[in-house]
Amino acid sequence: MKVLSSYQDGRLTLYLKGELDHHEAASALRRISRTVDDYLPQDCVIDMEGLTFMDSSGIALILKISRLVAETGGRAWVENARKQPLKVIDASGIDRVIQISTAARP
Amino acid sequence: MKQVNYIKFEFPARSVNESFARAAAAAFAAQMDPTLEELGDIKTAVSEAVTNAIVHAYPDRAGLVQMRLRALEGNVLEIMVRDRGRGIPDVQKAMEPMFSTGGDDRSGMGFTIMASFMDGLRVRSAVDRGTTVTMKKRIKAKAGA
Ligand SMILES: Nc1ncnc2c1ncn2[C@@H]1O[C@H](COP(=O)(O)OP(=O)(O)O)[C@@H](O)[C@H]1O
Ligand SMILES: [Mg+2]
Repeated sequence: MKVLSSYQDGRLTLYLKGELDHHEAASALRRISRTVDDYLPQDCVIDMEGLTFMDSSGIALILKISRLVAETGGRAWVENARKQPLKVIDASGIDRVIQISTAARP
Repeated sequence: MKQVNYIKFEFPARSVNESFARAAAAAFAAQMDPTLEELGDIKTAVSEAVTNAIVHAYPDRAGLVQMRLRALEGNVLEIMVRDRGRGIPDVQKAMEPMFSTGGDDRSGMGFTIMASFMDGLRVRSAVDRGTTVTMKKRIKAKAGA
């Protein structure tokens, strides 16, 4: 998988692309931690439009990002999740601790 | 249930094989004409079971993971994932949502997802002998097919 990012006015957007599983999660987290440390964002959008697959390793990653950003008083949320990742998110119940906004994509 | 077709394979418990296992299951399931959502469910459940064998069964070595996929009568897909690793002392407890013996890179939601995405889940395990996870999914007949 790939992680791209952009930053503007206190808002960091992380674009996750490809398939997120246990194999990919560790290196993704390293990259994301570095980016979060660089910007210390107020808002952090986890943009999943390009994420075609995610399993429960993605749940752990989302929670970690959320905690990381919260350490410096920021807030993270998920945007544009496709159907499969969204189903995993729903089954996990993390929508109770982090905001999930959806895109109507297959 | 009578078996229509099957495939068996094994691989070392290395994380690079997780995506292969998902893709293989999806390719085998294609003969049963699943919807995109059903395919997504199958890939997710396989990813969870195979990741468990890689992460939990063999903490300090790359043992073997065996997989068997079966197409059964009535358009039922059966997926078996087996390891000969350390086993699970209390299966019922391990299957509870959020239970994990892993670090904070684990969510403890693997079994919960397997159970909710598939139509059947059976876990058999013995300490120091290994774990066998068997899942079933009924692929629904398509209207007009
Ligand atoms: N194949 C296995 N071998 C040994 N232990 C396992 C296996 N699969 C699952 N477990 C145990 O069951 C627990 C729960 O598994 P799961 O629901 O997938 O959550 P997670 O993998 O996030 O810890 C694991 O933390 C582990 O202790
Ligand atoms: Mg797991």
